Amino acid sequence: MNEYILKHKVYLLLIIGFIAFVLVSVFTDYDAGCIIFKNHFWVFFTEMILFLPFMFVLIGIADVWLPREKVEKHIGKSSGIKGIVLVVLMSMAQAGPLYGAFPVAYLLWKKGTGVRNIFIYLGAFCTMKIPMLAFETGFLGLKFSLLRTILSLPVIIIIAIIMEKYFEKRGFTMYQL
Amino acid sequence: MKFLLIFSIISVVVSFIGSRDKTLQGIKKGLMMFLNLLPAILAVLILVSVALYFLPNETIVKFLGKEAGVAGYIVAASIGSVALIPGFIAYPLAGLLVKSGVGYPVIAVFITTLMMVGVLTLPIEAKFFGLKTALIRNALFLLGALMIGLAIGLIYSL
Repeated sequence: MNEYILKHKVYLLLIIGFIAFVLVSVFTDYDAGCIIFKNHFWVFFTEMILFLPFMFVLIGIADVWLPREKVEKHIGKSSGIKGIVLVVLMSMAQAGPLYGAFPVAYLLWKKGTGVRNIFIYLGAFCTMKIPMLAFETGFLGLKFSLLRTILSLPVIIIIAIIMEKYFEKRGFTMYQL
Repeated sequence: MKFLLIFSIISVVVSFIGSRDKTLQGIKKGLMMFLNLLPAILAVLILVSVALYFLPNETIVKFLGKEAGVAGYIVAASIGSVALIPGFIAYPLAGLLVKSGVGYPVIAVFITTLMMVGVLTLPIEAKFFGLKTALIRNALFLLGALMIGLAIGLIYSL
């Protein structure tokens, strides 16, 4: 517990400060504080808390069951185009904000996914999630959505190849939390 | 969201039937990761909430408006890169921008940078990738987002 507090002290101080600010705002009828909490923070918080814990449980379960050889074979370093198609499909099926994709990327890396595919996963997660595309089409039109998706894919793959080349000699690592 | 919930429950049940110990070990591992990420996420959400209060939709529309010119692109890319706005807020905002006369090229730059670059989430990203890798990824994705945005702009202006 102490170790936890020490490790995250900066963030915890900010959180405590925010809670105090909101409480004071409520008791003094300070509008700004109430709006920040109710209209902004609470919306983000519920979005996060409704999916992140489940996702981490899934990541934990996948961590103990997913066989490294299988992952390495299908989306590992030498998996080629098939591997790219697989990671793109995988990320398209997901939802949620980008920070939810980082722990999944960590799991993928740990199980032997190639550097290129890690960044293709992140890129496709950013730009090609199906739930997001549906939403986007509704507000900006099919033409916009299609154009953006079609343009995004090659750009992401090129960036991922650049990242792969960059890390080839330097070595790539990720960190467990 | 519902899908994830159902999928997690099914996975845990199946895993439990397979092996009780492994399942508990997995859940523990996952929740530990979650707890270690939680303070950073809450801090980011707090900062974003405060920032959004000071930058309401009307202000953003004004900055990106028709008369903004090249500055409009720069503002669009800056807000897009820094902000962490979930899709259910960003797309209605983008729709509002279209209606108030902001061109598709500017909106494309705003949306692509918003999705691909995360300055505010850098502390979270750096926890997993290290700061250097996180910075490189964001820099390259920013370049990519600008290219995609400008390409969409070109096609729309044809």
